[in-house]
Amino acid sequence: MVADSHAVVSDLLMGGNGQALVAVEGLTKRFPVSKSLFRQASSFIHAVEDVSFSLAPGESLGLVGESGCGKTTVGKLLVKLIEPTSGQISFRFPSPDAGSGEAVDASTIRSADLRAFRRQAQMIFQDPYESMNPRRTIYDTIAEPLAVQGVGHLTDRVDRVTEILTQVGLTPAGSFLFRHPHELSGGQRQRVAIARALVIGPSFVVADEPTSMLDVSSRTGIMTLMQNLAQGLGISYLYITHDLAVARYMCHRIAVMYLGKIVEMAETEELLGNPLHPYTRALLSAVPVPDPTYRRDRPDIRGDLTLPINPPPRCRFYDRCPVATDHCRDNPHPPMEEHGPGHWVACYEA
Amino acid sequence: MISPQSDQQNFSREPPGIPESPLVDLHPGRWQMALARARLALRSFRGGWAIFVESRIGVLSLATIVLFALMAISHPILMATVWDAEVYDPVTGYAFDRLDHPAPPNWRHPLGTDPLGRDVLSQLLSSTRSEFVLGITAALVTVGIATTVGAVAAYYGGLVDALFMRLADLIIALPGISLLIVLSALFRLNLFYLALIIGILGGFGGTAIILKSQALSIRVKPYIEAARVAGGGHFHIIFVHIIPNLLPLSLLYMMFTVTGAIFAEAVLSFLGLLDLRMSWGIMIHTANTGGYLLGGTRYWWLIIPAGASITFLCSAFYLVGRALDEVVNPRLRRHTS
Repeated sequence: MVADSHAVVSDLLMGGNGQALVAVEGLTKRFPVSKSLFRQASSFIHAVEDVSFSLAPGESLGLVGESGCGKTTVGKLLVKLIEPTSGQISFRFPSPDAGSGEAVDASTIRSADLRAFRRQAQMIFQDPYESMNPRRTIYDTIAEPLAVQGVGHLTDRVDRVTEILTQVGLTPAGSFLFRHPHELSGGQRQRVAIARALVIGPSFVVADEPTSMLDVSSRTGIMTLMQNLAQGLGISYLYITHDLAVARYMCHRIAVMYLGKIVEMAETEELLGNPLHPYTRALLSAVPVPDPTYRRDRPDIRGDLTLPINPPPRCRFYDRCPVATDHCRDNPHPPMEEHGPGHWVACYEA
Repeated sequence: MISPQSDQQNFSREPPGIPESPLVDLHPGRWQMALARARLALRSFRGGWAIFVESRIGVLSLATIVLFALMAISHPILMATVWDAEVYDPVTGYAFDRLDHPAPPNWRHPLGTDPLGRDVLSQLLSSTRSEFVLGITAALVTVGIATTVGAVAAYYGGLVDALFMRLADLIIALPGISLLIVLSALFRLNLFYLALIIGILGGFGGTAIILKSQALSIRVKPYIEAARVAGGGHFHIIFVHIIPNLLPLSLLYMMFTVTGAIFAEAVLSFLGLLDLRMSWGIMIHTANTGGYLLGGTRYWWLIIPAGASITFLCSAFYLVGRALDEVVNPRLRRHTS
């Protein structure tokens, strides 16, 4: 029953024609809690459990949720930094001669193919201070994808790096080439991180909270830059964030995650204007309002986010849900159901 | 989604209207790139040097090492110019001008002669070079092995890690000098083999564990993941990202290894177990076999020059290592810059 519903979900999300850039079905990642050489792990952290979504070319999907809900794990799975426990990821990257190429199952990508895959799928990391080798210059950092993939000769790479530095707004580019990361501000470093991800011309980029470590003053600059680049270069983002305002600004669609599950997914304005899942409502009510007289009606969300170690087979949100019923307790985690055009919710009470 | 154009006026912190940069002028060729890299290396060296010279003991120790290096260079020069090989050769020479060997210091023999009538100063100077060769070879071998083993063990983990770390435990458990004594009974140990053995023992032993623990903290940095996303293979990540970040610590342990190697050589030579022409340990060994070691300070020129040289050179390398530690590890600095 579960497997069938996913096939339907992904088919509908792709618009029925199967032209999604990235299609994820039943993606699951479990981390063993303790592993030793001689003993099988008995408990697992269910970091990502049965997640399905798809991403059209040029579309940006926001993945929203609180810390520890598995957003970053989804991102890492999508760029093959870690391998899924089960589930399927397929990519349909544009082929060199225009038009979209063949769909590729991510689990079959090996060594030589992996290099080609890395040209199409890149990642921008959260921490601009730790995601760059402190001993390498900005040129080395940005040219790394080109160098390890053997793209062009030295002078070509210098040209390409200069060009991308100008595109991300670090000008004059020549004066940045031979600086070290510690000589740059956080915003400048994040621009370098964006340049590194985009220098090889990917069509899909996982952006893992690229603005969360930055000053508020440089956030909008980075976000605007990322949008302009996405539009100019035809890039799809999977934009991971915990900030709904950022997701609203950056994304066409938003998926809300809770404890390794996507609980609601819809077009940005539809999701924000008509939240159906109690968790989404709670998230929205937590967005600060710049009005001291504003009295928010506090949603009745109890307790704290727990680690999903061997979770009981019922709705993941049951323990904290204000509208939970006996039905929620006695049944497995609710499947994703369509409550409006493209508005998917996993809740029995929605 | 809000369109970026409409918000750009409100939110963007970009300076308005960045002019297109003149790409033609900023087109560094191969040579300019190499030059820029050399300039960078020079600048980071200067930065490190500025911290190093703040440590007075470090500078003093470096001066001591330079002094010994000058001594090592001076021996062949003296032999070629003012010293007659028949009299002053450190091994086969004989001071015909004296009959009372071991002769106390005099004008012709500033540090006297040994019981066999050989000039002590000449022996001291000629030994310096072999001590340097020994110490530096052993240190290079140690650090080369330890850095690679540490990086590989930390990066791959699992079975590879377990294998190398148990090997390191085994080597640490072995008593070093006793092992060298057994080995010298089995093989004719010359300077090169001694340096190699000390280097291998150090490289697979304790130094590997220390460098591995450092490599573990580098392995989990996000830039390693970034390198993997860029398409870098295992080899690329180990040699381009992990090892360059280990090198400062490696350099430090190189200094400590030099000390250990010189000390081990002195012990083995004193016991007469090494196939060497001349060394500081052999000088003390000669004094001992002649029965002059227990004679107290009466025959001081047979013991003190060699003994003091061992002490000073070993401590100098060690203290330079400690001063380098401050350069490498900012937490040890007195003030943060």
